Amino acid sequence: MKILAPFQKKKTTTVASEVFGVSRRDFIKASGLLTGGLLLGVSFFSCDDKGKKVATVAPNVYLSIGSDGKVTIIAHRSEMGQGIRTSLPLIVADELGADWSKVEIVQAEGDEKKYGNQNTDGSFSVRMFYKPMREAGAIARLLLIRAAAKEWQVGVEECDTQKGQVVHSPSGKKKSFGELVEIAQSLPVPKVSEVRLKDKKQLTMVGKETPIIDLHNIVTGKAVFGIDAEVEGMKIAVIKRCPVVGGTVKSFDDSKARNVPGVRKVVVIKGAGLPATLKKPLSGVAVIAENTWAAIKARDLLEVEWDLGPNADYDSARQIEELRQEMAKEGTVRRQRGDFKAAKAGAKKVIDHTYVAPYLAHATIEPPCALAVVKNGSCEIWACTQNPQGARDAVAEEIGIPVEKVKMNVTLLGGGFGRKSKPDFILEAAILAKESGFPVKVQWTREDDIRHDYYHALSVQRIVATIDSQNKLSGWSHHIANPSISATDDMKVVQPSDGELMLGASDFPYDVPAIRLETHDAKAHLRIGWLRSVRNIPQVFAIATMMDEVAEARGMDPIANALELLGEDRHITFDQELVKTTYPNYGENIADYPWDTGRMKRVIERVAKESGWGRSLPKGSALGFAAHKSFLTYVACVVEVQVDANQNISIPNVYYAVDCGLPVNVDRIKSQFEGGAQFSASLALKSTISVKQGQVEQSNFDGYQIVRMPESPKQIHVYIMESDAKPTGVGEPPVPPFTPALCNAIYAATGKRIHTLPIDLKA
Amino acid sequence: MAKYSIQVNGKKHEVDVLDDMPLLWVLRDIMNLKGTKFGCGKALCGACTVHLNDTAIRSCSFPISAVGEGKITTIEGLSADGDHPLQEAWEKYVVPQCGYCQTGQIMNAAALLKKNAKPSEQEIEEAMKGNLCRCGTYNRIKAAILDAAGTPVTTG
Repeated sequence: MKILAPFQKKKTTTVASEVFGVSRRDFIKASGLLTGGLLLGVSFFSCDDKGKKVATVAPNVYLSIGSDGKVTIIAHRSEMGQGIRTSLPLIVADELGADWSKVEIVQAEGDEKKYGNQNTDGSFSVRMFYKPMREAGAIARLLLIRAAAKEWQVGVEECDTQKGQVVHSPSGKKKSFGELVEIAQSLPVPKVSEVRLKDKKQLTMVGKETPIIDLHNIVTGKAVFGIDAEVEGMKIAVIKRCPVVGGTVKSFDDSKARNVPGVRKVVVIKGAGLPATLKKPLSGVAVIAENTWAAIKARDLLEVEWDLGPNADYDSARQIEELRQEMAKEGTVRRQRGDFKAAKAGAKKVIDHTYVAPYLAHATIEPPCALAVVKNGSCEIWACTQNPQGARDAVAEEIGIPVEKVKMNVTLLGGGFGRKSKPDFILEAAILAKESGFPVKVQWTREDDIRHDYYHALSVQRIVATIDSQNKLSGWSHHIANPSISATDDMKVVQPSDGELMLGASDFPYDVPAIRLETHDAKAHLRIGWLRSVRNIPQVFAIATMMDEVAEARGMDPIANALELLGEDRHITFDQELVKTTYPNYGENIADYPWDTGRMKRVIERVAKESGWGRSLPKGSALGFAAHKSFLTYVACVVEVQVDANQNISIPNVYYAVDCGLPVNVDRIKSQFEGGAQFSASLALKSTISVKQGQVEQSNFDGYQIVRMPESPKQIHVYIMESDAKPTGVGEPPVPPFTPALCNAIYAATGKRIHTLPIDLKA
Repeated sequence: MAKYSIQVNGKKHEVDVLDDMPLLWVLRDIMNLKGTKFGCGKALCGACTVHLNDTAIRSCSFPISAVGEGKITTIEGLSADGDHPLQEAWEKYVVPQCGYCQTGQIMNAAALLKKNAKPSEQEIEEAMKGNLCRCGTYNRIKAAILDAAGTPVTTG
C-alpha cells in the first residue's frame, strides 16, 4: 500500500453542508457526548467539478442548544496549541448569534463515520471548515428565528439573533434560545439553500481576538493532556526500544528489572522491523509497573541483546558527504523551463552553492503517551493524537478487533508539530494492555522521544543561479537530495515525492527564463516523518538565501529583486513545466487556490513598510528578508539581527506580513506567527540530530537544543492583510521564511553567508 | 520502599515510595496532582517546576528523600481560584498555546517574583531560561511577568 504524506492526500473539496435534526435517541447513540435540547448534526458533502454532490460525509459537527440556553459545540479537530478548539466553534457561534460565555466545547472522539476527516495537520482545519461552520451556524439561527416568528406571529425577516436571544426589532420582543428550543424542535430543519450568511460587518467574533477556551484550565493546571489520562487500576509502561531502526529483540534478561518494587510484567513488543512504517511500533521490551518511576528504573535495568539489522552502520555525516558528491551529477529532472545549460554557458556571473540541513526532532514538551484498556473484545484509548481515526484504524488492525470496537478519546496535546500524527505510541499501549490484561499507559521519556522520533529528514541541496549580460537572472538550477517520508513505508522510495517537492521547490515562483529542478537518490535509515512546515524548511532556506545572493550579484536591493522577479500580478501554474511530477497544491484545486503573485507582492511591500526596510542600523546589526507561500498562505518576513564581537547572535525584531485570506481568530494568527518564529529560530540556531552506528547521538535537551528565552527573538510584529478571500491556515506558514531571513540579515551584518544549518558563526 | 511525610500545598501527606523516586512522580502518580508536568527528567526543561519553601525546584530531578520538612507548593496550591497575579496576567496576555509547559513557567515566575518583586527584562530572561516552551510563547510570558509585577509592558 502506498502511504501518502498528509499533504498529498487525495481530498475532494468540501463545498457545502447539510444540517439535520437528530432525534435524541439517535444522537446519544451517535455521540454520547451531548444531552438534551435541540440537536443538530451538520453534514458536509463533497462536490465534483460541476458542483454535483458526490459523497456525503457523516456529520463533522454536532451542536446542541439546551432549554437552559447553553450551546454545546463538538470540536472534532485535535488541539495542540494552534487554538482550533476555539477558532472553529467561534465561527459557528458568531454566525448563530450565540452568547459565547454560554457556549461549551466538547472534544469529539475519533470516528470517521461521525465526524469525517479529523486528521489535524497540513494547516487545513480553518481552510476546510470555515464555510461549513458558517452554514451550520446560519441554519441553526434560521431555525430559532422561525420558532420565534411562529410564537410571536411576526415575519421571519423582522427577527434576528443576538447574544443567545432572538430579537424582534419592531416590537423589541426578545426570547432566549433556550425558551425557543421546544418550538424549534417541532419545525423542519432549514436547508442550506434557504439561509443567507451574515455580512462581514455583522460578525462580532470572526476577524477579532478571542481568548482560547482552555485558558483558565491551563493556567490552573486543570487541563487534561495525554499524560494526565487515568483509569482505575492503571499501570505504567516504559519501553526499551531498539536503538537502530529496523532492529529487533534477540534476547533479554529482566532479572534485575524485576527486582524493582512495583514492577508487574515485562512484555516484548515485536515491532515492525523494516520497513519501519508510519503505523507500527518499534521493536522493544516493555516494563509494566505500578508507577512511572518504577517503570523507568526497571526499564533502565533491562539487558537486551538486539539484532540491529541493516541500519547498524549508518552514519549521517557520511551520508551528507555522499550526497554532496551526488550534487555534481545529473539527477532526475522534475521541472524544466527553457534551457538552463545554455543560460549557464552564456552567463556573465554564476553563483553556485551547496546547502546542508540536518535531521530534526519534534521534541514536543509533552512526550508521546497513551492509555489503553482492552477487555471483552473492545479497546478504549485516551491519547494526545493529531490523527484519532488513523490511530483507531491502526489499533483495530494491530490487536485484531473490528474498528467499531475501538473508542478513541482525544486529550489536549502538549505540542504536536506532526509527531503525534503517528500512532506508534498508541499501538504500544494497546498491545501492552492486551498482553498484560491491565489498563496500561505508555509513557515515553525524553530520551525515548529524541532517539525514536519520526525525524524531519536531513537534506543536501545545490542551487546554481546565472546572471546574464543584461544583469538578469537568466537561469536557476536546484538539486535536492533527502530521504523521503514515503520511504518510511516503502524502502524502494529514494527520491522526494511530488508532495515534498511542492513544498517550496517545484513551485518556485520567480520569473526566470530557465529553471531546472533535479532530485537525487537518498536512502532512509531512520523513520522519516513530517515536522511543522515539512520540506518547506530546507527548500526555502536554500532558495531564499540564494535569492539574496542573486540580488547582491545584480546590485539590487533584495526586496526590489524579489518584486521584480515575481513579475506582473498574475496567477501562475507549474504543471506544464513539471516532468513526471504533479503539483498537488496542498490538496486543493489550483483554480480555487491559485498561486497569486500579486498577493505575494502585497505582503512583501507591507513587510518592507512596517519593518522600515532600508533604515540604517549600528555596526553589527542588519535586516534580512525572505518571502514564501506555503499551505496556501502568503508570508513575507524581515528579521533584524545583532551580531556582537564574540559572534553571539541576538534577534531584537521580527516582522511578518501575512495574507491568510479572511482572518478568523486574529489573536491565534498572531500567536502562531510568534511561535513559528521561535520554532524556526530553534532550527536555525540550535537543533541537530546526528546518527552514528545507526543510533541517534542526542538524547535530551542538552544535546538536542531548542531556543531558550534569552536567545529567543524578542519583538515579533505580525501584520495581517485585510482580505475577504477564502481563509487559509497559519500553523505552518510562519516557519519557512524566518530562517533564510535571519541568514540574510546575518550576511548583511557580518558578510558571512550561511549554507549549513544550524548556523554556527564561531566555527 | 520507605515512608515519607511531606507537606504539599499546606497539608501533610504520608507516602510509601522508593527513596529515589523524584518528587514529580510522587506528586503525579501517588498524590494525583497532575498540574505539574513531565518534560525531560533531567532538570533541562522546567515543565515540572514546583516550589520548595518558595524556591523553584525541578521536581523531576528532586528525590523524595531530599524534601524533608520543606513546604512544597504546586500549581494546584499557588492560589485558591487561579487568581494569583501571574495567573491573571497569563490570561490577560493569552500566553499559552498548547499549554503544557505553562504551569512550570508560572511556578518558576512566581518564585522569581518572591525574590525580586520588580525584575527587569534581563532578570526575567535569566530567571526563566531553564523553562522551555516549544510553542514559542516566550515574549508573552515575559509580558505577563512584567505586567504582574506592575511594570509597563513594551515587549510582546
